[in-house]
Amino acid sequence: MPGNNRNSKNRRTRKKGKQYGFYFDYTLLFVLVFIVGFGLTMIYSTSSYTAQIEEGDPEFYFRKQLIFTILGLIVMAFETKFFDYHYFKKFGLVIYFVGLACMFLLKTPLGITRNGATRWIRIPGGQFQPAELVKIGTIAMTAWLIIRAGQNIKKFRTVIVICLIAGILPAGLVYLLSSNLSSALIVALISVVMTFVAYPGYKIYIILTGLATAALAGFYSWIKRMAASGNMTGKFRLNRILVWLNPEKYIDDKGYQTVQALYAIGSGGLFGKGLGKSLQKLGYIPESQNDMIFSVICEELGLFGAFCLIALFVVMLWRINHIAQNAPDLYGSMLAAGVFAHIAIQVILNIAVVTNTIPNTGVSLPFISYGGTSAVFLFAEMGVVFNISSQIKLER
Amino acid sequence: MKDGTGFGWLSTGHRKKLVFMIVAVLLASILECVRLGVIMTAKSEYYMQKADELHQRERRIKAKRGRILDRNGTVLAANEVVCTVSVIHSQIEDEEKVIKVLAGELDMDVEEVTKKVKKVSSMEYIKTNVAKEIGDAIRVYDLAGVKVDEDYKRVYPYDELASKVLGFTGADNQGILGLEAKYDTYLAGTNGQILTLSDAGGIEIKGSREDRILPVDGQDLYTTIDVNIQKYATQLAWETMVKKEAKQVSIIVMRPDNGEILAMANVPEYNLNSPYELNYEPDEEDAQKDKMDLLNNMWRNFCINDTYEPGSIFKTVTATAALETGVVSLNDSFTCSGATVVSDRRIRCHKTTGHGTQDFTHTVYNSCNPAFVEWGRRVGTDNMYLYMGKLGLLAKTGIDLSGEAGTIIHKKENVGAVELATMSFGQSFQITPVQMLRAVAAIVNGGKLVTPHFGLYTSSSDGSVVNEFAYSTQDEAISSQTSEMMKTILEGVVSEGGGTKAYIEGYSIGGKTATSQKLPRGSGKYISSFIGFAPADNPQVIAMCLIDEPTGVYYGGTIAAPVVKTLYENILPYLGIERSVQLEKNDD
Repeated sequence: MPGNNRNSKNRRTRKKGKQYGFYFDYTLLFVLVFIVGFGLTMIYSTSSYTAQIEEGDPEFYFRKQLIFTILGLIVMAFETKFFDYHYFKKFGLVIYFVGLACMFLLKTPLGITRNGATRWIRIPGGQFQPAELVKIGTIAMTAWLIIRAGQNIKKFRTVIVICLIAGILPAGLVYLLSSNLSSALIVALISVVMTFVAYPGYKIYIILTGLATAALAGFYSWIKRMAASGNMTGKFRLNRILVWLNPEKYIDDKGYQTVQALYAIGSGGLFGKGLGKSLQKLGYIPESQNDMIFSVICEELGLFGAFCLIALFVVMLWRINHIAQNAPDLYGSMLAAGVFAHIAIQVILNIAVVTNTIPNTGVSLPFISYGGTSAVFLFAEMGVVFNISSQIKLER
Repeated sequence: MKDGTGFGWLSTGHRKKLVFMIVAVLLASILECVRLGVIMTAKSEYYMQKADELHQRERRIKAKRGRILDRNGTVLAANEVVCTVSVIHSQIEDEEKVIKVLAGELDMDVEEVTKKVKKVSSMEYIKTNVAKEIGDAIRVYDLAGVKVDEDYKRVYPYDELASKVLGFTGADNQGILGLEAKYDTYLAGTNGQILTLSDAGGIEIKGSREDRILPVDGQDLYTTIDVNIQKYATQLAWETMVKKEAKQVSIIVMRPDNGEILAMANVPEYNLNSPYELNYEPDEEDAQKDKMDLLNNMWRNFCINDTYEPGSIFKTVTATAALETGVVSLNDSFTCSGATVVSDRRIRCHKTTGHGTQDFTHTVYNSCNPAFVEWGRRVGTDNMYLYMGKLGLLAKTGIDLSGEAGTIIHKKENVGAVELATMSFGQSFQITPVQMLRAVAAIVNGGKLVTPHFGLYTSSSDGSVVNEFAYSTQDEAISSQTSEMMKTILEGVVSEGGGTKAYIEGYSIGGKTATSQKLPRGSGKYISSFIGFAPADNPQVIAMCLIDEPTGVYYGGTIAAPVVKTLYENILPYLGIERSVQLEKNDD
């Protein structure tokens, strides 16, 4: 199948004497490099103080992240140049199943428990988060199922089946095996967004969105009333929502991280305290280089810096979206849409969590937050996108 | 093949959806930017302030409280180094151990300590005024998050001496009673502060701005008290109280010309280093009462906080008024039959057989009540009140101790013949001992009404005077001629009248005795008192002794006058007043 595909496309390619790649999205590359460089700077700024105290080395986190970034860039470059995205049709399925298998490894002695959650497994030379692999697996699986479905994608039934297989099933495993609600949510949402893009209609989504909104609104008002009457004690799962409604009331406990992030954001003001001058990063925000790094960015660079970063992400997403629109085939388009969905969901959720717009759930900020697995897989996804872009024919 | 044919990448449906998605992302981003904008502009100040509170650590640098000294520089109230124990929540590693050690070493309630230790704050005080040894003991444990800071605590080297004058301080070294309270603004000084930024571990951030407000130490207060006289007066009062099984005994020693109080003893005194412990074993009846009431009672300064009927000493005022208004001359005489009748009321003399015919001077010597009823009648109500006012008996003295009681007296328009008659010999109104002493001082010092006081001046720690206190005096409250006559008469009281038990060979001493009935009359309770001054012709010192509820003999002339005599025998040479009666007579 891939060979056939390439033949049909390479006719014009050969005229110019190139294998493929008359188009390369330099805007995307530039934005990516900028965001990555910015992310590394912020990781150094955010973590150096606590790293000095805890690890005796201010560059501890920065150096680790730099290594993973370089590794990720190598993977990305390799994929761009040599790894035709069509290989994912087979390779992606392997990733999907390996990802699911790895989830089960969490339950074996290989699983590493940190802060009460088992989300890492031991691998030679380090550790990694299988949930990140599952995300890529879902992207590949959803894309593959969509092209397998062919004309059947016009039936909403197909969309449901694809979502169940590629999204809900792995999401359920992620949630059950690692109690990682946010990753499960991201996995499910990726497949939902991808099938939404593939499915030709809007009507059913409008109805579903309406129903979901009504349900959420109803739930919200119920929670508000319950919180006001104060008889919420014991209902552990709802605690998160109570904290969300009034984080400062729970400052000594579950609300601590959220409130500290708000203090950081609020004290940033218009132009921030200046790079490196955050006070909240000095141990007030726990592990501030991780999910809450955006709050430190706000504190140091202000509203202006935050807007710039959001703008950069929007540009990045726009370029990926553009590549998805112009991909040589539906499969490439779907893969790019998957990467788009993944990054977009995480950016939006992360900022929403940090600003306490939604209840606190651990979502990292792509390319900025500290985390090796996440970084490497994100670069791998970007490699796929760049590979797709390199196969776009300029003259259409 | 399926993907390439059928509906392949040529299908434009998913492109529209992709456009929809990027628009959705854009919208979500804009909403988040709006949310950020709200937090970082409108709510910015709120969060910034909250964050500042969290980051800023305030360390108090306690100002050293000024000392209280006597007129010669002997320290009456000093400072001792003690410790303040506090915890920094975020630095605590072993919470259980911290609670256990602190509750144990500080002898505190475990629950209370737990509450303070578990409170999330940058710094929480556990206990202040901890003895240095205990503080050092806690330091030895080397517990993370526990801070022992050195601090000052008030100590009184003489324990009980002048307790009711000096007063004491509270847990934060603030003055609570007496001079400590009255001069608190001078003594307290201003605490300093160090404001630093700290990380979540409570560690100060190097190179961050540090606002430092240096403490201003309190000023030393120099008082009019002479510790030697105070000590002797206290000892004498104790002896008298024990001997007479009295409820309490007070002795005041003052300079009549300027109101400087050299000593004010009120026994039983209490220990200033443990002011919240009763100075006696409470009996069953007391045990029922509120501890605070008992303490308040123990802290009372009888000379200032309580009023009494001055009794015969007040005859000096009646006599002065009579001489000033000219209604009586020294040659006037009065025949006492042992009683007199005013309106329908029979007023008896203490000498029931009567004093017979006496001249004015001898009516004072004899303290003859019927005679003074007559002198009072001649003075009249208006002039009686006028001279009581001039001699400061209708207003507070303005002494620099808090809680001074005021005069309790009939309204002038309600005073009839009987009231005037009883007032003439010091009954039916109440004043404080200090008011009485001040009035007599004015009578014998040439007519100058002074303000009794303790505060002389404050000085900074290097000894230079910062504030010198001035006190109002009322010159010519009475004429100097009347004052001269009164001095002579009162000297006669001691040399040949009712106050002979205060006579000291070689000294000229003037004075007047009193035996006041405590109300209600007929209770058999008395306050015996004596005011004496020396030398009689040029008073350098005036002293008053009050014996509250003596048992046995209760005549002021018999029991209070000898106390002042003993006092004078010891302090007159100390004050440099020579036995010089003979010489002075030669000078005349």
